[in-house]
Amino acid sequence: MATVTKYPTEPLKCWNKAKELRLKYYKDYAECKQRGGIRWSGGAWAMDAIPAGLGDDVYTLTSEPYAASVAFDPKLNAECQSAADAKGWSRDLCYYMRTYWGSMYVNKYAFGGEFPKPDFVYQTQICCSHHKWYQHVSEYKKVPYFTIDVSVGAYKDLDEGKIQYVVNQMQESIPWMEKVTGRKFDDEKLIAAVNSECRTTSLWAEVCTLNKAIPAPLEEKTMYALYVLATLSKHSKEFGDFYEELRDEVKDRIARGIAAVSNERCRLITDTQPPWSYLSMYRYMEKYGAVSVGSLYTFALEGVFADQPDGSWGPRPTPEQLGIKIRTREEALRIYADWNLCKPEWQHFYDPQIKTDIMLRMVKEFKLNGVILHLNRGCEGLSKGIMENRLGLVKAGVPVMTYEGNMGDEKEMDYPRTLSRIDSFMESLGLGKLEN
Amino acid sequence: MAAIDKFEHWYHNRHEYAKEWKKRTGGKVIGTFCTYVPDEILTAAGMLHSRILGSHEPQDVTEPHIFGMFCPFCRDSLAQGLKGRFNYLDGIVLAHSCIHYRQTFDSWKAHIPTEFTYYLPMPNMVQSPSAKPYYLGEVAKFKAALEEYAGKKITDADLDRGIELTNKNRQLLHQIYEFRKTDPPKMTGTEALYVATTAQFVDYEEHNKSLEEAIKELANRQVDRDPGVRLMAVGSENDDVEFFKMVESVGATVVIDEQCAGTRYFWNEARIQPDRLQTISDRYVERPPCPTKDYPERTRFPHVLQLAKDYKAQGAIIMQEKFCDPHEGDNPILKKYLEDNGIPTLGLEFDSTNPLGPFRIRVEAFLETLRTDDLF
Repeated sequence: MATVTKYPTEPLKCWNKAKELRLKYYKDYAECKQRGGIRWSGGAWAMDAIPAGLGDDVYTLTSEPYAASVAFDPKLNAECQSAADAKGWSRDLCYYMRTYWGSMYVNKYAFGGEFPKPDFVYQTQICCSHHKWYQHVSEYKKVPYFTIDVSVGAYKDLDEGKIQYVVNQMQESIPWMEKVTGRKFDDEKLIAAVNSECRTTSLWAEVCTLNKAIPAPLEEKTMYALYVLATLSKHSKEFGDFYEELRDEVKDRIARGIAAVSNERCRLITDTQPPWSYLSMYRYMEKYGAVSVGSLYTFALEGVFADQPDGSWGPRPTPEQLGIKIRTREEALRIYADWNLCKPEWQHFYDPQIKTDIMLRMVKEFKLNGVILHLNRGCEGLSKGIMENRLGLVKAGVPVMTYEGNMGDEKEMDYPRTLSRIDSFMESLGLGKLEN
Repeated sequence: MAAIDKFEHWYHNRHEYAKEWKKRTGGKVIGTFCTYVPDEILTAAGMLHSRILGSHEPQDVTEPHIFGMFCPFCRDSLAQGLKGRFNYLDGIVLAHSCIHYRQTFDSWKAHIPTEFTYYLPMPNMVQSPSAKPYYLGEVAKFKAALEEYAGKKITDADLDRGIELTNKNRQLLHQIYEFRKTDPPKMTGTEALYVATTAQFVDYEEHNKSLEEAIKELANRQVDRDPGVRLMAVGSENDDVEFFKMVESVGATVVIDEQCAGTRYFWNEARIQPDRLQTISDRYVERPPCPTKDYPERTRFPHVLQLAKDYKAQGAIIMQEKFCDPHEGDNPILKKYLEDNGIPTLGLEFDSTNPLGPFRIRVEAFLETLRTDDLF
């Protein structure tokens, strides 16, 4: 039997800070009214730097990560789902949407107390569920609602007409926000928030890129607790500062040869949101020495990437890094629209081949042995084209395993069967269990 | 053959029709995905618009391409391509709408050799003042792409012809739908489905001619069937004539619909404006929306209710294509809205092949509730 390399490993020093920041975010949202603040709700892809122009006391609740938090609490989750069922919503609708609605119906906030009513909702639409989600929230909670349609096609085909359509909608949203909040919009705060968001999302991409190292300094189960900050508030300076600290720590781990998984001998990526109730499957894979170094989802749901000078895939340079000084609202919105529209996780909405190409690039640059695709019944958006991705990867000779589940509904996941599939996949990769 | 029967013939022989049209005219046939494709431009280019629809047969060819949680319509449509039934198509066009159907286009493009493929961005936020200028630009690019493909300019006269023929078709469809308002209705829902669906793949000149003949014929029709309860059919794409036949065999007539194989396709005309492309592109921004594009205000619901009132529907069947998220995002609220406004509803979940036996029982039970006064 071949000797298995044992890498040194150690916990992340900034781990607890990530947890604290996340908890503070949810508490701030719940409590901000006591301090005269404004709160709004929208998706994790909402253009959150724009409401930042309303002041420093503006707080948001992004709905997908919130629903993922609920999914981690089986009792509350079941209560929320039952409430959504009782209102007549189909079980195959976006699970996060059903959960958020359920939490709103039962009037329970996953972080304690009643479900906090937003002052307004501010959303983007790229998938069919996005606008329906908040159309209903707006009606149910009787709060004003604005959505920006960002589904203008793949970034490679972006032209003036498409970007102007997105920018125009952003422009329309500002006087609307002034009207519904009674506050004056501050362009300087907008410009600062746009720069901050570019920094945060580029830094996260940089952290992910560091996982090309062997052994991987991070593994995906841990990364779920880190990437989430960008899904909460992309423009937050506090979160950007955290990612800078994280990046430095990850660089230090690489320099010292610290692995996320000590017996790493097989490198994988996954796809789409994981089944949140069954993250232990990642630990199961480690019994084989298999480590998921990330996914397009974990990396690029919020991370913004670009080709590097050496041709590799890495963080997109921020406007500030490029020496671009944003002076006006129009400039800020144009840069902001372009920055978001290039997001790798938005491209498969228009052509699965783009995602397949990105995944093949990840296979090469992250030195992967295979790909695990989660056929996620809970999210039609990120599952769009996933079978074509499978075909493309298989055609390119990449070993692929699929399993069917649901990011939020534990009842739609056959966990023992999934573990059996992992056993078979590992066997096909020539790997046996290193431990039981 | 009675004029009205021509539509049924076309419906069942659509592929033969398109092949014959191609042979007869030498023109290109372009498969359209979604009713947001501006047929005016294809007509102006001398091409045949040919909407890609399913066949309502069991199929086993799409599993490797589209994950099973996506709607049966998108898979059934792709199956037609994979089985070679549309192998006469010269090109395909998708107008941006729901992500389910986009997968059909993506897989078609990837696996079925086609000369011309075009993704046409179409705004979802049609209520934004920015939607019209944006779509105008995209329609202009689409026209240019067709010109390049055909190697021929589309002139103003061509555009005028495209607008005139499509608008005339819409006017004639409205006229023929008037026969559904009468008591008893002079046209069944099944016949109307044949008429409306075939507009999506028959040359407009021919379709218009047949509509004119059918209108004359229906004006003198003596109705010899008991129309029973007047129903509306509302919801996801439905061209399943067997379902309508079943409903109309158990004491009902479908007098109006709101779905994209019916009124949603033709309800509004293109308003003639000085700019021809603006005339065309605005028509699609202004049309009765698919739920995918109906936000922030729900403009669809009052339109549905108005149709129900105008056609004196006593109840509505809400047709929910399984996994169709845009409609699933409307239906519980639409149901309440209609019922609050005096229109009882029956919700049915549709697949490519529908269980007509169980559906019959549910429809009969629904009709019985609507006929309570007669029973007791």
